[in-house]
Amino acid sequence: MSLPLTPFIVLLPLAGAAILLLTGKRWPGSSAGVLASTLVGGSFVLSVITLFGLLGRSGSDRLAVTHLWTWIHVGTLTVSVDFRVDPLSIVMAMTVTGVAALIHVYSIDYMQGDPRFPRFFAYLNLFVFFMLTLVLADNFLLLYLGWEGVGLCSYLLIGFWFERRAAAFAAKKAFIVTRIGDSAFLIGIVFIWLKFHSLSFATVFGRAHGLASGTATIIALLLFAGACGKSAQLPLHVWLPDAMEGPTPVSALIHAATMVTAGVYLVVRTHPIFEASGTALTVVAVVGIVTAIYAGFSAIGQDDIKRLLAYSTISQIGFMMFGAGVRAYAAAIFLLVTHAFFKALLFLGAGSVMHALPGDETDMTSMGGLRAAMPITGATWTIAALAMAGIPPFAGFFSKDQVVAAASGAGRYGLWAAALFGALLTAVYISRATFLTFYGKPRFRGHPHEPAFRMRLALVLLAMGAFAGGALGITATNGILAKFLRPVVGSVAEATHGLSELWLAVVSVVVAMVGIGLAAFVYLGKVDWQALRVRFAGPKRLLQRGFYVNDAYNGLLVAPGQAAAAFLAYVFDARVVDGAVNGLGTLFRAAAGAGRRVQTGLVRNYALGVLAGAVGVLVYLAVRF
Amino acid sequence: MRTPISYFLVVSVLLFTVGTVGVLIRKNALLIFMSVELQLNAVNLALVAFSRQLGNLTGQVLAFFSMVVAAAEVVVGLAIIVSLYRKRRSADVDDASLLRG
Amino acid sequence: MADWYAFWVTAPISVLSAVAMVLARNAVHAALLLVVNFFTLAVFFLILGSPFLFVVQIIVYAGAIMVLFLFVIMLLGVDQVIPLRDQMKAQPVAAVLLGAGLIAEIVLAVRISIGFSHKVLPDFRSVNAGGNVQALAKVLFNSYFFPFEVTSILLIVAAIGAMLHGRRKIGEEETIDVPEPAPIPAPAAEGTAR
Repeated sequence: MSLPLTPFIVLLPLAGAAILLLTGKRWPGSSAGVLASTLVGGSFVLSVITLFGLLGRSGSDRLAVTHLWTWIHVGTLTVSVDFRVDPLSIVMAMTVTGVAALIHVYSIDYMQGDPRFPRFFAYLNLFVFFMLTLVLADNFLLLYLGWEGVGLCSYLLIGFWFERRAAAFAAKKAFIVTRIGDSAFLIGIVFIWLKFHSLSFATVFGRAHGLASGTATIIALLLFAGACGKSAQLPLHVWLPDAMEGPTPVSALIHAATMVTAGVYLVVRTHPIFEASGTALTVVAVVGIVTAIYAGFSAIGQDDIKRLLAYSTISQIGFMMFGAGVRAYAAAIFLLVTHAFFKALLFLGAGSVMHALPGDETDMTSMGGLRAAMPITGATWTIAALAMAGIPPFAGFFSKDQVVAAASGAGRYGLWAAALFGALLTAVYISRATFLTFYGKPRFRGHPHEPAFRMRLALVLLAMGAFAGGALGITATNGILAKFLRPVVGSVAEATHGLSELWLAVVSVVVAMVGIGLAAFVYLGKVDWQALRVRFAGPKRLLQRGFYVNDAYNGLLVAPGQAAAAFLAYVFDARVVDGAVNGLGTLFRAAAGAGRRVQTGLVRNYALGVLAGAVGVLVYLAVRF
Repeated sequence: MRTPISYFLVVSVLLFTVGTVGVLIRKNALLIFMSVELQLNAVNLALVAFSRQLGNLTGQVLAFFSMVVAAAEVVVGLAIIVSLYRKRRSADVDDASLLRG
Repeated sequence: MADWYAFWVTAPISVLSAVAMVLARNAVHAALLLVVNFFTLAVFFLILGSPFLFVVQIIVYAGAIMVLFLFVIMLLGVDQVIPLRDQMKAQPVAAVLLGAGLIAEIVLAVRISIGFSHKVLPDFRSVNAGGNVQALAKVLFNSYFFPFEVTSILLIVAAIGAMLHGRRKIGEEETIDVPEPAPIPAPAAEGTAR
């Protein structure tokens, strides 16, 4: 049984990328953007049709694998290009194509006038293609192909304005840091093949529970290392804040909504391996919650609106990882989906603000009170912020609450408390950003205005998603999404411990309100927060620099690496390698200089050589005789 | 016949070597060419001597062909020398050294 | 016995004329010495039982080819003294040494193979039965007919090639590569004049 439209979901963006890369310059005005948006939109429509095809089946039958061709066949290794449609992958595909389509539409106006306008959309389309390959792949290698592909597109798009040194460096950093995780992931895939002699999901997951605990832990942790790199979890998170050098729609699509959540998808998709280990799940949960809290603190210290959102993304993905770690897979995916909406919305709102202010202002201390000048942007941002803080009935409330509640339900109260603290931080930093940007006294320069129509359209549609997305999962056990995902991730365990779901929700809301109130007290009340910044400059700086993790890496790893590279480049290469090469060259030059004297150009000399040869041959024959 | 064939062969090799040395030591194209003729004749002598030694006429036939080829070669070779002389006003082979490395 | 004397009379003349030719300063002298050498070879052919080649040697070499040589010598300048001195000091020495080596080797080879002793040779009279020319013609036109015909092509090609080389284009640049033409001796100038 297969759903015939599946390959076209993937192929439409690929076609767009190919067309725009090959003929980009021939597309006048914004037609390249329209084409790209149309194709991704088409992909979204096909995903919806496929979803309905899936819904037309009974619960256990909701799996369709489309075999396209055998990709690699070497010895006992056979890898096919198979696309797998099941509840998990179709949810991911719809999220990706849906959010991507809106961001494409937004970008048409945002990138208007850029000299490389068609190329931008070519890269975006290519990214969507790889992302869909990643989520629809039916084996680890195809997934890895998509995984590397999105990394490549991320590199290309962060460095899209490569004339700027910071952008070029950020692109390189993102690529190199994620590569650390990717290498671990690849090693994990090799281990999987060694253990199962197959890379197909069905085979591997079918036999995963028979895995020895230690082996499972190794494989799971290798996979999780890959997820950490891609999803910017501790300790590989340092690239994401820098990645904000890319165009804002890129930050929204790749570095908030889709690519960075691929790690969560990977953990959820491969959960049978993680469950076979047990230890690995705890690691996932702990890394997730530590990252969430760490990034929450760091976000509070940011003044740059995009960097704040970047740390917030790290923090939210930490929550998703945490959810996956406490086996609340459906809740993690739920948070992933709602996060895609509200975080994309936040980024696009930030993009609108940047566009409206002179010189693409990103410093929030130079904003304030923008709500009056930009009502639509302000309103949609506020919706997204409320969703993120976890205020009902916005989408984020349900999803975040379910993740937090899962810890309590599993009886892990320490993790639960930590998660609640993380939620408090979330409420604080997002409220701070909101108040600094849209409320309070105006501090901006210039005359801000609402963005162009297509940008507003995208904002409003995403706001609707952020507002209503919660309907997918009103309760953790019986929400639409939880039920739909059940064939893949199993049923959500009934809460056996702690408070009932309702009380947990009340606690969550109270925590969120406290966070918002705290931020309101500081930034909207009578407190002179600008004086506080001076007074607590040290701690502020600690938070802003992300606890100096990046600086520590620079000092401990990058600087020695650069020193070694400089040594190799300027001393070893110049002296030893070049010396050897030049020496060889000089040697041959000298030999040739001596040898060329044989070539006198005089026929008689050559004839003498012939005679010498003849005499020599005769001597040889005589001796042999 | 009393003379051993090997005597003729020795004369042949002497003539051939003299021709060879002539090719190598003379600079004038005409003299080199004459030396080449001497070499060819020396070989012809060897061929005829072998014919006598072996008691069949194949060697003589080969010498005959050799003469024909030598005649053709002389015609072309002398034409080359003449045209070379026209170009360079010299029949000295050392003047033609364009292949010098 | 006659062949013995004939050989010993002819062989020194042959070798000496060859050496003298190689060392000659004057091209005409060299050509004449070469004619002498050709005649001695013709004598050898006669001794070795090949009257046909004896005649051909005289007609083709001593006649036709030598006339060609002399003609070219006249064309290029008859009284040019051709120096024996060589700028390349090592070349003559090496040539003579290697030549000596060659002689030594081949004499050794002859000694090892057929030796210098007087042996009974095969009866050549039966081979030459009916006359040397007739016998040679039988071999030539039976076993070597095709190569014989091919030589005709060779001769035609050689004739055409010589014509092409010797031809002079109207208005052709007389000399190249030599910035200052060496002074042309009078006869040569005559020869190369239009």
